[in-house]
Amino acid sequence: MQQATTAPGLDRSLAERISHETYYQTVFRRFRRHRPGFISLIFLGLMLLLIAVTPLLSPYGPNQITSAFSAMPSAEHWLGTDQVGRDMLTRLMTGSGISLFVALLATVVSTLLGVLLGLAAGYFGGWIDIIIMRVTDIVMSFPYLLLVLVAAAIFGPGMWNIVLILGFVNWPGMARLVRSNVMSLRGVNYVQGSQVAGMPTIYILFKEILPNTIAPVLIYATSVMAQTMLDEAALSFLGMGVQAPTASLGNLLNVAQSYTILETKPWMWLPPGLMTILLVVAVNFIGDALRDAFDPRNLQ
Amino acid sequence: MIRYILKRLLIAIPVLLGITILDYFIMSLAGNPMEMMIGPRITQAAIEERAALLGLDKPILVQYWNWLKEAMQGNFGYSFKQNLAVTRLIGNNVAPTVLLMGLSLVLSMLIAIPAGIYSAVHQYSKTDYAIVTASFIGSSVPSFFLALTMVYFFNLRLGWLPSSGMTTLGTAWSLTDTLRHMVLPVGVMVFSVVGVNIRYIRASMLEIMEQDYLRTAKAKGIGRRRVINKHALRNALLPIITIFGMQIPMLFSGSVVIEQVFSWPGLGLLTMSSILNRDYPLIMGVSLLSAVVVLIANLVTDILYAIVDPTIQYT
Amino acid sequence: MAEERKVLLRVENLRKYYPAHSQGLWPVKEFVKAVDDVSFDIYEGETLGLVGESGSGKSTVGRQLVALEKPDGGSILYRGTDLVKMSDRAIREIRREIQMVFQDPNSSLNPRKHIREILAEPMLHHKLVDKAGLDKALQELLDLVSLPRNTLGRYPYEFSGGQRQRLGIAKALSLQPKLLVLDEPVSALDVSIQAQILNLLRDLQKELKLTYLFIAHGLGAVHYISDRIAVMYLGKIMEVATGTELFCEPRHPYTLALKSADPLPDPARRGGLDIVLEGEVPSAVNPPSGCRFHTRCPYAEASCRTDVPPLVAVSNGDIPHLAACPVWQRQREARQ
Repeated sequence: MQQATTAPGLDRSLAERISHETYYQTVFRRFRRHRPGFISLIFLGLMLLLIAVTPLLSPYGPNQITSAFSAMPSAEHWLGTDQVGRDMLTRLMTGSGISLFVALLATVVSTLLGVLLGLAAGYFGGWIDIIIMRVTDIVMSFPYLLLVLVAAAIFGPGMWNIVLILGFVNWPGMARLVRSNVMSLRGVNYVQGSQVAGMPTIYILFKEILPNTIAPVLIYATSVMAQTMLDEAALSFLGMGVQAPTASLGNLLNVAQSYTILETKPWMWLPPGLMTILLVVAVNFIGDALRDAFDPRNLQ
Repeated sequence: MIRYILKRLLIAIPVLLGITILDYFIMSLAGNPMEMMIGPRITQAAIEERAALLGLDKPILVQYWNWLKEAMQGNFGYSFKQNLAVTRLIGNNVAPTVLLMGLSLVLSMLIAIPAGIYSAVHQYSKTDYAIVTASFIGSSVPSFFLALTMVYFFNLRLGWLPSSGMTTLGTAWSLTDTLRHMVLPVGVMVFSVVGVNIRYIRASMLEIMEQDYLRTAKAKGIGRRRVINKHALRNALLPIITIFGMQIPMLFSGSVVIEQVFSWPGLGLLTMSSILNRDYPLIMGVSLLSAVVVLIANLVTDILYAIVDPTIQYT
Repeated sequence: MAEERKVLLRVENLRKYYPAHSQGLWPVKEFVKAVDDVSFDIYEGETLGLVGESGSGKSTVGRQLVALEKPDGGSILYRGTDLVKMSDRAIREIRREIQMVFQDPNSSLNPRKHIREILAEPMLHHKLVDKAGLDKALQELLDLVSLPRNTLGRYPYEFSGGQRQRLGIAKALSLQPKLLVLDEPVSALDVSIQAQILNLLRDLQKELKLTYLFIAHGLGAVHYISDRIAVMYLGKIMEVATGTELFCEPRHPYTLALKSADPLPDPARRGGLDIVLEGEVPSAVNPPSGCRFHTRCPYAEASCRTDVPPLVAVSNGDIPHLAACPVWQRQREARQ
């Protein structure tokens, strides 16, 4: 039992370092092994960087009107211009930024709501649980896009409303996930031990239970984010989402509802469409990599 | 068993009520739903008379109750735009959507079941990776963008297929004409849901194959194919039932976007135009209808599940 | 022990009924009587063993003492304060003095925290130490359970089962308890480790003047560590006596049966009598009427089916020997 206590950092073999690494170090080490996921993470990072520097590098503002209307891609406008003469590349990058921002924020809103309500439902049970679960049933009964469209019609379209609407519509799935996790954790010894130790409920919920549900929450959140990006795009495409002149991936595609533009000016709709696919695929792959990295079956 | 079904039915009732409350509440934010029932082209005097009759001066709960009573008798009010009963408008548009959704559902399952099972049985093979990756990328494509691309190629470039409506205007109805009109919208819809289905079936198939009785069967020397056919597939019926239930709201959402792009004269198009026109009675009717359909689909799924799976506790 | 026997905890008529789901079309109010009218005392500084088969309700009793289950009736008097009636807030301090060690050491430590957090947070919450004294307190705690000092920065998965149980004990000790509920603390461990942990618990008891309620499945494990033993069957206490008395002179046929079932290393220590139980433990949903053991008892008479035998003193020793079987007693007296 008695062991010589060595100073930390000395005489530690790699194996011991690995056996000693924190949970998140292990997860990251395994995340990197998922090739598509890791590439997606780098791609997303690069995209964010490009989006951030676009205002500095681009000679045009995203809403600045130039003299070239519906111009083909050229040296001045790498991806051409739209019908009113705005630079497509600048708008594409700005729009990607807006779309990512909307999706991320909506995901944060729905995750926060879902986690809080799921924790409450799972931990307290009884009437709180019944009410929260029936509300999730009700919200989930409405076809998702319809609910979003109706809400957008009533509260008015626009970026911030879309964030809130998508956030408020998406929480039930998260709430159910967290609830079922909490219900199984509630009976686990270390949670009961904390109860016996007289720790406050807040502590038990957020410091004992929540850290052990982070993995499924993160994985689910990535899928919510991917879905939210698709929904924002569809909503903006239908004219009920982010409103012009603010660019988003969906409303850039709006012009393609006209067959003339669809047929003769592919530079106006092809890049935003492809960009949407790339970004959503990247988020999905990251989610898949997280799933692998967090999987307890290949832990250690 | 009977008790389980009764219990599920009893749970569905408050949910149904909740749906109507949510529906009513959202619409109240837009205007008075009771007023919406009257319809626009009525004289002021008639409105007042009707208002007194309907109790618009009463508290909101009473109004909701009155609205609920009317709704239960099938009166969902009149469309602002078209001055027709909401029920009639919905009735006129229901068939094309059912056709679109039904066909897409069947086709997507016909693709997803074999692909998902193949993928699971040959886990970690090249084909498995290809199928999973393709389904991943497939479900990352916005359906409207796919629809636009399809129109671009098959209609505008190649001129092979029509891209809007159910029939060619000015011609007599023929089956081939309608079928040709269906290729693109059904194709896009199938594409947009098939990826999720494949992954779901693959995952549940893998789970089933992990189970001990399959290992036992294998150990007893029963052939691989027979193990899968006889034992695994019967249990795979459960996830397939689940998918049918899951699919209904997804297809409904999809139909809004796809009917818009292809001008398919169904409920989705009606919904979109009612939203763009702020035609609240119509919006309200459509959302209520769809929510009820989803609710029934879930209920049927749960009950079928209980019938197929003997291990579910009916408590 | 005998010089001053102060009652630390008195349990009176404790009950726990769980609603049971019936199979019929309509729900019928039925209850699993997990703990039914249980009373006993725990003296300061002693170890009371609580023994019974699965479903006897022994763990439920333990969980009620630490408020993991709410009793449906009865009282738990800790130094005269009824823990059942008081609100949790009012008796926070008292609750701290009763801690629990769980059966499965693998799940008693949060896998996402290192040992330092696991041990420190409850102490800080109860203000038993301040930040300055924390390191010293943690070292003392580890010394108590004989774990090396570099333990603190590690995660639970880095430890063996035995070490985890030591940590589980350290976690319970961190709150300076007076009474420890030990819920089968060694039954999930390797046999070779079991003795170590039992010895550790013994030493700790002496050093810290602890009182134990030691819950166990069979008589073997408790006999070593317990001063007195209570035997439970289907939610009721059958017999309470000192370990020696219980083994040499069992006064309840169920105790005899438990003793017969336990493989003891020394056959000479067995009494002449041996009975082997037949049949299953009856359901606790509809427990047998009268004496709950009558369906399996070789000595049962007609009256056992109807009369619930009370738990009464059967000898006049310094420490009372209680048993709930007047029938067997009478039969033996008649035979003599």
